Amino acid sequence: MFFLRFVLKNALRHKLRTALTVAGIVVAISAFGLLRTVIDAWYAGANASSSARLVTRNAVSLVFALPLTYADRIRQVSGVAAVSWANWFGGVYISERNFFPQFAVDAPSYLEIYPEFVLSDEQKKAFFGDRQGAIVGRKLADLYGWKVGDQIPLRGTIFPGTWTFNLRGIYDGATKSTAESQMLFHWSYLNETLKQRFPKRGEQVGVLIEQLKDPDEAAAVSQAIDATFKNSLAETLTETENAFQLGFVAMSEAILLAIQAVSFVVIVIIMAVMANTMAMTARERGAEHATLKALGFGGGFVALLIVCESVLIALLGGGAGIAVTFPIANAFRESLGTFFPIFYISDQTIAMQLGAALLIGIVAAVFPAWHAARTPVVDGLRAVA
Amino acid sequence: MRVPFIYVARNLFARRLTTALTAGGMALVVYVFATVLMLAAGLEATLIATGQDDNVIVIRRGSQTEVQSAIDRMQAGVVESLPDVALGQDGQRLVSKEPVVLINLPKRDSGKPSNVVIRGVTANGLALRPQAQIVEGRMFRPGTAEVIAGRSIATGFRGAALGETLRFASRDWTVVGVFDAGRTGFDSEIWGDAEQMLQAFRRTSYSALVFKLADSERFDAVKQSIESDPRLTLEAKRETRFYADQSEALAKFISYLGTTISVIFSIGAIIGAMITMYASVASRTAEIGTLRALGFSRGSILVAFLAESLLLGLLGGAIGLACAAFMQALSISTTNFQTFAEVAFRFVLTPGIVAAALLFALAMGFVGGFLPAVRAARLKIVDALRAA
Repeated sequence: MFFLRFVLKNALRHKLRTALTVAGIVVAISAFGLLRTVIDAWYAGANASSSARLVTRNAVSLVFALPLTYADRIRQVSGVAAVSWANWFGGVYISERNFFPQFAVDAPSYLEIYPEFVLSDEQKKAFFGDRQGAIVGRKLADLYGWKVGDQIPLRGTIFPGTWTFNLRGIYDGATKSTAESQMLFHWSYLNETLKQRFPKRGEQVGVLIEQLKDPDEAAAVSQAIDATFKNSLAETLTETENAFQLGFVAMSEAILLAIQAVSFVVIVIIMAVMANTMAMTARERGAEHATLKALGFGGGFVALLIVCESVLIALLGGGAGIAVTFPIANAFRESLGTFFPIFYISDQTIAMQLGAALLIGIVAAVFPAWHAARTPVVDGLRAVA
Repeated sequence: MRVPFIYVARNLFARRLTTALTAGGMALVVYVFATVLMLAAGLEATLIATGQDDNVIVIRRGSQTEVQSAIDRMQAGVVESLPDVALGQDGQRLVSKEPVVLINLPKRDSGKPSNVVIRGVTANGLALRPQAQIVEGRMFRPGTAEVIAGRSIATGFRGAALGETLRFASRDWTVVGVFDAGRTGFDSEIWGDAEQMLQAFRRTSYSALVFKLADSERFDAVKQSIESDPRLTLEAKRETRFYADQSEALAKFISYLGTTISVIFSIGAIIGAMITMYASVASRTAEIGTLRALGFSRGSILVAFLAESLLLGLLGGAIGLACAAFMQALSISTTNFQTFAEVAFRFVLTPGIVAAALLFALAMGFVGGFLPAVRAARLKIVDALRAA
């Protein structure tokens, strides 16, 4: 108890310096948390994917489509429970700034395979009944103030022309990690319009999605599917949904690595600041430490005193830093809109923030503590700050 | 009367550990700040240099990128016969009708797939891009399954180096040459014979048309005539403009993210400088009193402490910039959000970035040192002398 009071009194001796150091740590720990959350958001799509789904695409690249007839042949592959398909639409809502993903899907089978898109029966019926109907996620609807019954015009980039959709439903995500900023509409509408305008582009799908009977058979089933179309005009590449999503993440890997590196740099910066504070503190108290030792306290005691003070300040800053990460992340999510559909602070991030604060406290105190512990009493008493 | 500069400098030297830690923190911030700006500058330099100013690129209206565009042969013919198209040495029209697609290739080191641009070109297409030179092997022969790879693709992707083969569109393609396009976007592409590509990918339409203007000044008139022709659903852009537009989103993303991070980090470094300077003032109170008693004014004390802090900032800035300068040896390869294709670019250090980074470092020193310097200047002579 005496020891703790001693540490606390020491920490509060230079109020301004301690306050500044704590402020520095708050900034660093919250910045670290925010950067980790940005990285998590990148991987969100892959984390939300189900292990019971496979995605089949054209082996050359996503730019090339697959014929719809493949759906029937995949259905016959053993181990496949259900098949659906989707096309990336890539439309522009008013201007390029308003980016959000749109998919033309085979609605009944798609919603069957993706139970995490929760839609009321009434809205589902209205959506299935309207050829030009569309549904959007709750977040997207809130962002643009859309209500059921609204008309949404999109300018096609891959599929030329202006396309108008009637909003028939707003879905909710079953979990926190479900993407609520997508728009889904009927593939048949896209297909029929394309067939009229460009007959050669009809009856084609971007990806086929398979529901597995048993997730453990994923490898065997994907091999069986790819073998079916070997040496055809459109060879396929089938992978788990997780691998498919990670493929997108891997494309920006260089940027992700940079953000990751930078998130550690901020910790090093603040370590330098904190180490400076502790070095100055210990230097100023050189005579005091010598007095303590002259009174009979060991070098270890003096070292522990410095380490505890440093860790106390660091944890104070760390705690406050974690607390302010939440409002900052919220503001960040609001301003970024649909760029990161899923953006929340994970428990792991919080644990890492705490660990980083502890590390800063310990590393900053190592050198001053070691120095104070082994300075001879006479030198210490003679020292001038 | 001014406090001698040597006094200021020696003060920093007298407290080596503190000076090193504070300047080190600032150096890291400046390093992050400078590298991010270098990255954005490198990306812009790469994509702007990709285009030639008197080349015009034509794509389908609203399609944004070459890969999403499609131009049928009839429309291509109309554009080709425009009177403003320049003529080559043999009297041929300098038009290149190119299919452009993406293929998925595994990276050489990690094996992770990424999208690479494959461009079908003709002899004209090569004449339109004089910056591309074969550096290894030879040119592909028209009418064969031979391709040439850009330098960063050849080193970065499996099967793309000289003599290796790539398999796509049910055929094996031999890489017979590696070309260097002077660190432009073409370094991240694979080129092959246009007609072979069309057949292999079973396409009947081109993706983009590139032609050279006979008179560069006539661009607006040509654009007008293409975009108002009822037979055409196309849009025309200068090639320089086209590639600059394609780098916009990624360059913006990098510089926004980098600036935000630098500003947040700089708060930490400023606090570090502030702590150092406050301590410096506190431990030299008696010294300040002596200086004042000797006749130095409050103003010169303020200037002396500000100078010390600015010097600290400058030291940090110089170290940070020196580290950042080493990054020029590296290049980075990532997917451009807009084209969805791989693009390689370098860190480029421009005089503007050097100036910005040093200013940034000085600003950190100034903000961190101002309040402590004010405190030093406001000390009363008697109190200060008594503090010793």
